[in-house]
Amino acid sequence: MAKVKLTLNNETRTIDVEPCETLLDVLRDKLGMKSPKCGCDRGDCGACAVLIDGKSVRSCLIFAIECEGQHITTLEGISGDQLSILQEAFIEFNSFQCGYCAPGVIISATELLKSNPHPNLEEIKEALSGNLCRCTGYQPIFDAILKASKETKK
Amino acid sequence: MTDYRYIGKSITRIDGREKISGAAVYTDDIDFGANLLYAEIVSSTVAHALILNIDTSEAEKLEGVVKVFTGKDFPYKFGLYMKDRYIFAQDKVRFYGEQVAAVVARTPQIAKMGAELVKVEYQELPAVLDQMEALAEGATILHPDLGDYPHVPWFFPKPGTNVAHWRKTRRGDLENGFAEADHIYEETYEVPRYAHCAIETHVAIGKFDYSGRLTVWSSSQSPHTQRNLFAEALAPMGLSQKDIRVITPHVGGGFGGKAGVTMEILPAALATKLRGYAVKLRWTREQEFINTYQRLGVVAKLKLGVKKDGTITALDHKIYWDAGAYVEYGANVVNAVGLSAIGPYRIPNVSIDSVCIYTNLPPGGAYRGFGYSEMLFGLESHITTIARQIGMDEIEFRRKNAILEGDKTAYGAAMNPNGLLEAIDKVTKAIEWDKEYKSTDPNKVIGKGFSLFWKAPAMPPNASSSAFLKFNEDASINLIISGMDIGQGYQTVMAQIAAEVLGVDPSKIRVETPDTDRNPYEWQTVASHITWSSGNAVKKAAIDARDQILALVERVYHMSQDSLYLEDEAVKCHNQASFNLPLRSFVVEGIATKDGSYRGGPINGRGMFMPEFSSASGDPDTSQGGHPNVHYTVGAGALILEIDKDTGKMKVLKAAEAIDAGKALNPDLIKGQITGGLLQGLATVLYEDMRYDDKGRLLNPNFTDYKIPTAMDVPDEIIPIIIEVPQPDGPYGARGVGEHTMLPAAPMIANAVENALGIRIRSMPITAEKVAMAYKKHREQ
Repeated sequence: MAKVKLTLNNETRTIDVEPCETLLDVLRDKLGMKSPKCGCDRGDCGACAVLIDGKSVRSCLIFAIECEGQHITTLEGISGDQLSILQEAFIEFNSFQCGYCAPGVIISATELLKSNPHPNLEEIKEALSGNLCRCTGYQPIFDAILKASKETKK
Repeated sequence: MTDYRYIGKSITRIDGREKISGAAVYTDDIDFGANLLYAEIVSSTVAHALILNIDTSEAEKLEGVVKVFTGKDFPYKFGLYMKDRYIFAQDKVRFYGEQVAAVVARTPQIAKMGAELVKVEYQELPAVLDQMEALAEGATILHPDLGDYPHVPWFFPKPGTNVAHWRKTRRGDLENGFAEADHIYEETYEVPRYAHCAIETHVAIGKFDYSGRLTVWSSSQSPHTQRNLFAEALAPMGLSQKDIRVITPHVGGGFGGKAGVTMEILPAALATKLRGYAVKLRWTREQEFINTYQRLGVVAKLKLGVKKDGTITALDHKIYWDAGAYVEYGANVVNAVGLSAIGPYRIPNVSIDSVCIYTNLPPGGAYRGFGYSEMLFGLESHITTIARQIGMDEIEFRRKNAILEGDKTAYGAAMNPNGLLEAIDKVTKAIEWDKEYKSTDPNKVIGKGFSLFWKAPAMPPNASSSAFLKFNEDASINLIISGMDIGQGYQTVMAQIAAEVLGVDPSKIRVETPDTDRNPYEWQTVASHITWSSGNAVKKAAIDARDQILALVERVYHMSQDSLYLEDEAVKCHNQASFNLPLRSFVVEGIATKDGSYRGGPINGRGMFMPEFSSASGDPDTSQGGHPNVHYTVGAGALILEIDKDTGKMKVLKAAEAIDAGKALNPDLIKGQITGGLLQGLATVLYEDMRYDDKGRLLNPNFTDYKIPTAMDVPDEIIPIIIEVPQPDGPYGARGVGEHTMLPAAPMIANAVENALGIRIRSMPITAEKVAMAYKKHREQ
């Protein structure tokens, strides 16, 4: 066991982890964050994506022990007290069906809009290409991101 | 046209906020505390073998292992339509990956290490990996005891062979039909197996408490069916339905893969031997690919006879299904298609043989489309080809033979009202079928593909739905039902139905995921029947509640019920505009009278629906006489496909799909089914493919090697079209559409490839590589 100190959704947390524990397992089992989902456990599906220092990362592919001192944001942190413009757009467009991929998609889309507030369709597709969704055919997800980007001031 | 307040409106999903905020709870998200144990399965490493010995001693010695179980601990069978499999393999394994033993331990890591220490000794038997080989004389028989397996009365197994079920449908005079034909065309089509690939893998937790009651939390489409099958399987242990409770939180995608019972039986059974603990089993992605239901593989032999004017005179359709090692669910896929393999056409002389064949591959089962995708690939490819052969426009050919209301289905019952012709017309127009599409790139060509589709719910004749509805003090409503929102928007649409009857906004109606102890019976969320069947039950429950409200108001205020109606959360009166009694004033607390006493009390509605006209008792040799299917949903699709002549790379430039929903209760949700289902269908034809080696091992059990569509693979444009020819017995005229949206994808691509390049590919998938190689060969000839 080793002690790791990190910032999770703006709170400082200190936890004991085994060197072999992935960030995904530690977030879900030791830190109470259930929004990152396990879909493949090998980085293919993107359902476990979280933001580490603002960058989208698959939490199944890194060890928790590597996260010393880092700022981690999960969907719980994005939701906070008020949903984001992006989340409201996802509701408006019925962007998700089963919802299992939603946390990862929202993380990727949040990262995209932060670095590129007004992406075109191709840029949106590129940004989401690592998030698998089996239900929607992606179109309603694109529509919501385009709408949210329009609502963000130039 | 009736003016509805909530029906037919594209309201946003009532579970939207939960799902986009991270609040939605899925099975794997539930915490079970310190008494949670983890199971890992020991899987067969051979496709067909006798189990000679299982040595668990090394695993038992490992610190943290609580117990190791084998088939001896659970000599019990289970299955939905045919009880042909055991909880764990007994003396024989029949597919690579089958569960042989389980190690239960304190952590998942220890369970996994323990499972690797279990030694299983096999004596290999010849593996039968192809359904045509399994049918051949002298083939190894997978189930020598087939004759003893309990099954539903409408299955016809052939003991002593690998044929688990043979659905025969005969109508008219086939020989005469072909004699009348001016042109006969015969061909064979092949479809491989496919995987559902819900992003959430199967997961279930069983807990057997000290009082002897079993609770199972599972990611499932079928809570009540699971409870029933657990009770049947575990009956020798003294358990019955009352002792078993199934709780099904949000499901991360189903597509048929989470229908019935597959791996959930394992933690349920293991828990019964570990009193006081919760036992969790979660499939890895690899296990998900290997040991759940897969879509069945197909070899279809088609012979179609037509007159010069395009009239179809006869169809002989033989479909051989690779149904896998166990067919307890998959045999009903075979049955369903055996009743419906005429497609949406009027054909007077028909012979269908749909044959369910055991192979040493993983069990086949329900997959969105329930066999119709596989059947339509051949049939709709054949239709396009035969139209061209007789020099007739393929759209005109389809229009001429399209099944209409009142025409006879293959089993002799009358076809339900439907908008097939309207679908053909609207798709043709939307896709601009007559327009000359030409690529600006000389290396690329453009083809057009068309397909019709149909599908009926495949269910036992007595599959039923029920609903409870209770009012709260603020006139909000808890709608208590047991269908699963697997993403289709079930909860939202059911809320809309109750809202319409009761004049309460859908946003004030809460629909929770089911718990078999508290929610009323629902057969399963499968077959695209849930909007229709559960919708009818919900409507009846809401009418029951409304009747109670109106009767109460009549009793207290002496107003005729006929003059009363519900609107804006209040009781109003046609004859007295000033009358406005808010529901919140009385639906729980009752109505106060002058003497201070109250009338009424909490309003609770109940509703039930069973299609009492349905019957599976058709003649075994002809299928005539019963009414096995409640109705068909029909539609049409077309697409414009761009193909690179050198690489075979294909891109869907534009697709249109029209579906007859009867009544679109929520148009936006139906459009969501079209964009999602069409992409899932396109993936099955363009690149998805389960590849097995000659030992029956799946070579691509992960998303790196089994590609499902990403955001980059979406067609440039999809035009969803909703047709509304009401289903007379549907809620507000609605019928199901969920599975149908993927049905036309494969034949549309096959037809577009032929249209563009002049080559006909008769085996799926139609990959870029296959197209490039076929075109190269074609040019060389």
